[in-house]
Amino acid sequence: MTDTNAKTGRFHGLLQSRAIWPLLALALILIVDGIISPNFYDIRIVEGRLFGNLIDIFYRAVPTAMVALGMAIVIGTKGIDLSVGSIAAISGAIIAWRIQAGDPHGVVLFYAVGAGAICGMWNGGLVAILGIQPIIATLILMVSGRGIGMLINLFYGGTNPSFQSDLLQGLSTGSIAYIPTRLIVFAVLFVVVWLVLRRTALGLFVEATGGNAAASNLAGVNAKLIIFVAYVICGIMAGWAGVILTADTHTSDPVSVALYIELDAILAVVIGGGSLAGGRIYLGMTVIGALVIQALTTSILISGLPPEYNLIIKALVVLFVLVLQSEKARRGLMTKLWGKA
Amino acid sequence: MTSDETQNARVTMRGIRKAYPGVLALDGVDVDIYPGEVHALLGENGAGKSTLIKVLTGALPRDAGDIHLEGRAVHFATTGDAQLAGISTVYQEVNLIPAMSVAQNLTLQKTGGRFGVISWRKARIEAQEKLDRLGMKLDLERAVGSYSVAIQQLVAIARALDEDTRVLVLDEPTASLDATETAALFDVVRALKDKGIAIVFITHFLDQVYEISDRITVLRNGQRVATNMAADVPRQELISMMIGRELGEVEQAFAGRRRDSDGDIVLSAKGVGKKRVLDPFTLDLRAGEAVGLSGLLGSGRTELVKLLYGAIRSDEGTLEMKGGGIAGTNPRASLDAGIVLCPEDRKSEGLVGELSIRENIILSMQAKQGWLAKVSRADQDRIAQEMITALAIATPDAEKQVRQLSGGNQQKVVLARALACAPKIMLLDEPTRGIDVGAHAEILALIRKLCAEGLALLVASSEIDEVVASSDRVAVLRDRRKIGELAGDDITRDNIVTMIAGEDD
Amino acid sequence: MSALLNKKYLPFYATVFVFIAIFLIGGAMYKNFLTTRVLGNILADNSFIIIAAIGATFVILSGGIDLSIGSMIGFVGVSMAVLDSMGWNPLATAVLMLAFGFAFGAFQGWVIDGLDIQPFIITLAGLFLLRGACFMVTINSVPINHEWADLYTDIKIRLPGKGLLRSSAIVMLVSLAIGIFVAHFTRFGTNVYALGGDKESARLMGVNVRRTTVMVYAVAGLYSALAGVVYALYTKSGYPLAGSTLELSAIASVVLGGTLLTGGVGMVAGTLFGGMILGLISTLIIFNGSLNSAWILISSGILLFAFIVLHRFLVGSFDHNRQ
Repeated sequence: MTDTNAKTGRFHGLLQSRAIWPLLALALILIVDGIISPNFYDIRIVEGRLFGNLIDIFYRAVPTAMVALGMAIVIGTKGIDLSVGSIAAISGAIIAWRIQAGDPHGVVLFYAVGAGAICGMWNGGLVAILGIQPIIATLILMVSGRGIGMLINLFYGGTNPSFQSDLLQGLSTGSIAYIPTRLIVFAVLFVVVWLVLRRTALGLFVEATGGNAAASNLAGVNAKLIIFVAYVICGIMAGWAGVILTADTHTSDPVSVALYIELDAILAVVIGGGSLAGGRIYLGMTVIGALVIQALTTSILISGLPPEYNLIIKALVVLFVLVLQSEKARRGLMTKLWGKA
Repeated sequence: MTSDETQNARVTMRGIRKAYPGVLALDGVDVDIYPGEVHALLGENGAGKSTLIKVLTGALPRDAGDIHLEGRAVHFATTGDAQLAGISTVYQEVNLIPAMSVAQNLTLQKTGGRFGVISWRKARIEAQEKLDRLGMKLDLERAVGSYSVAIQQLVAIARALDEDTRVLVLDEPTASLDATETAALFDVVRALKDKGIAIVFITHFLDQVYEISDRITVLRNGQRVATNMAADVPRQELISMMIGRELGEVEQAFAGRRRDSDGDIVLSAKGVGKKRVLDPFTLDLRAGEAVGLSGLLGSGRTELVKLLYGAIRSDEGTLEMKGGGIAGTNPRASLDAGIVLCPEDRKSEGLVGELSIRENIILSMQAKQGWLAKVSRADQDRIAQEMITALAIATPDAEKQVRQLSGGNQQKVVLARALACAPKIMLLDEPTRGIDVGAHAEILALIRKLCAEGLALLVASSEIDEVVASSDRVAVLRDRRKIGELAGDDITRDNIVTMIAGEDD
Repeated sequence: MSALLNKKYLPFYATVFVFIAIFLIGGAMYKNFLTTRVLGNILADNSFIIIAAIGATFVILSGGIDLSIGSMIGFVGVSMAVLDSMGWNPLATAVLMLAFGFAFGAFQGWVIDGLDIQPFIITLAGLFLLRGACFMVTINSVPINHEWADLYTDIKIRLPGKGLLRSSAIVMLVSLAIGIFVAHFTRFGTNVYALGGDKESARLMGVNVRRTTVMVYAVAGLYSALAGVVYALYTKSGYPLAGSTLELSAIASVVLGGTLLTGGVGMVAGTLFGGMILGLISTLIIFNGSLNSAWILISSGILLFAFIVLHRFLVGSFDHNRQ
């Protein structure tokens, strides 16, 4: 009995220590970068805002990190949302459309994020109410969402759906007190999501539902509602990512905006220690996951390798993390190690 | 065992032992199965029936013991090996592919020529032969899932039977069949028996045991209690063997301390029922009273408890709370009304294994308060700690994942979660299943204590002595119907067994 | 008779019905639409998607999913082109590429079964890996100049009317026939259906789950590679971004073809019609001229939705009897 306790204790410790690996990975990447490029850590102020590789990693990671936060919650319910890129495209198209229509830009922002929420309700409805598998349910919006964005672009007949907006572009590319505004936006969103999840019981309910929906239901948790809400939050975060990305280029480009962002977001969640089997949400570690992905991309850029190597490295990272996460692989490895010891 | 016996028996199992982590599932079991007999294997959940079958059919390796098939020692690594040797199994869950046709299901992995090319003309002939063997007529092209479960069950048997099947194992084949369907199945079983096939039949329906079987082996807690000719063992004795333990200290400790049911009625079920689940029943629960729910597996114990909790929606009758009000429309509403449930299956319905002890304990309480009013971390820690202390949950701290606890401690966490809601009515389904003796006694003592504090309790249990020991009143179920209540000095093991057996009416 | 009414064929009939309906609507709207020429063009233009979708049908029937299709098409394309510029014979490269596709798919299947991880995420890694490999081969668009490639494009069969059955369409139809045979007339095919229908039952019924899983992804890899070969020869070039997001079109073709995304139910032949429906829709929208290509995506989304909900309720009724 004590023997098994000791073993499970050690096992638990190993699980715990897994949370530290993404941080180590990030540190390792940054150290290697420092060796490759001696002035990697330089930070300077240009035109009233901080510049430098480190800032750049944060700056570029923001859209993925935003989507990944929502994705982390959906994955926590044992679901997945493939449509986040399409939602970002819709949100961007709505921005261009409503700004052309002359709406106040604050209201446009509300519309864009609201569109994300509505998309989330659609996904949540399919999953929670109709009981369709998440991967299938969100495929529908993934396929058609970019088409909807293109259609919205047609509403004002423009072939070039670009716009000018001090507010939105300020949010995306501007800076406040030397700090890029989008970092501040992200920080605020992160805190809001964290508060909603951890200062209320929502986080616990999501984790309980993802861990065992039947038991949660019997314990009095409305599992369907929780799943629905998770998709809505994910939609909102994807809407925000659409705002940042669209304002960045001040044009709506539904075909290619946020392409593959769902994959990066899922990867960020997985690197951050979240299991696709659901049951746990690690918001902070998910952000680290997004930073690891961006740091990899940036490192490949500065190392002079063609940027396309990024994909291969990402793939290897996915596989590596998955092997670590796989109970089956870990068990096999452990018996091998212990068998020898 | 004489060599004579061994030669006559088609299968002999000697000293079969199988342990899972923390549980000794089979502890030296001996069983012989003869050609042309139906051998019933009886026992409550966890008695070891399924494990014994899995060991026999190669689905599980055994830790110790010998199996002889027609005198030859056999070791099956897979179910396929066992099948080749002539042991065919139909598992409890119908193991067919519902979307595939009858012909495909009958011939999957059993037909096909060079390079695995299948001639469906040939396959259909093979499938038809299998159906003919059971005298069945079905549309070979129809999806198997579109037939009734009874037909599916027969198709599964047809699939399992080969030309050279020596032993046929039927694991709970009648669990979801009605009377006529069962009769049809039994006709087939008798025909197979007449062909000299040895049949192992697992069920929990006693009527069916007497109807079809020649000999009966009863298992309890991984050990064989007895093997008898069906004609020689009366029903009461059989029940007693299955669910009786010897009178223990627990029962004696509480004997004579039964209280009269004079508390207020806090929950009253009037004609509550659901078609095909449980016949309408009437039951009152009183404050400060423990009501036991007794009946065999499949008699509707769990269903009754879930109907009261609203986890199964009833289609008739009403559930009234003290001082008016309706309860039991859904789990959340029941929680609000002060009703809590500790479900039977801890792993699949009770606990969220990935979450910590603390999180599991406060889950229901939090659900009751709503998502906005979060129980503060300090309160969570305090409640969890109180519960750990009060229920003597063996853990270093409250942050340990629940799935890492032993069965008894997991059960205590389920109880703790219910108690944290400060309930008025507590529904316990098999609170002592699969836990060790120490925890068992602790939980029984806890039930008495809660009751004394004015809680209304309903305890469903397959252990008759536990019901006798811990109840002030006992409701008895048989075949998905409540058949009566016992109170006061009438609560004895004999009385309950008689009622379950139903021989006096 | 009852086989005709069999519920599991309902999505297939729905697919054929939708295909014919769209074709007739197109015919009513545009006078040159209802011709073998249009049909031949749709077959040729969509041949590589349909070929890849046939492989995806096997994966989806088995209850899995393969996201690496588009990247495989791209990778095979650039490899064909680059090896062509190095003087290889297209036939030899094609054989090499098919072998590679088979091996790569088998590896994915092996990892999926071995690690017991959702196929979604493993094939996602495959997507990244192969797309990255495309860029390692070349970052330029490389033409294929070998005379055999010209020979290939010259092969065509005249259809009644003015239509032509081009070589790509022929390859597609042949691989479709093989796919149908394998799915419906071999042990492997029935094992795939069994695996997707109920993995645990299949295991108990004696299906070798590991071998079947590995084979399923290997077959999918083979078909994706073939789609890449056809694509490269059809466009006579290789381009590292070719085939991006084609996995989505392939999966959509499979679903529109009446195969349940949960596995176990569907027909390989349906995938042809599913792919053709997508092709018809884009052709119609191009015929129209004034309609934006957004409608291609939106109408596929609407059709997907309709089919998924149809499937959902069919599955619900399958389960009903098992309760």
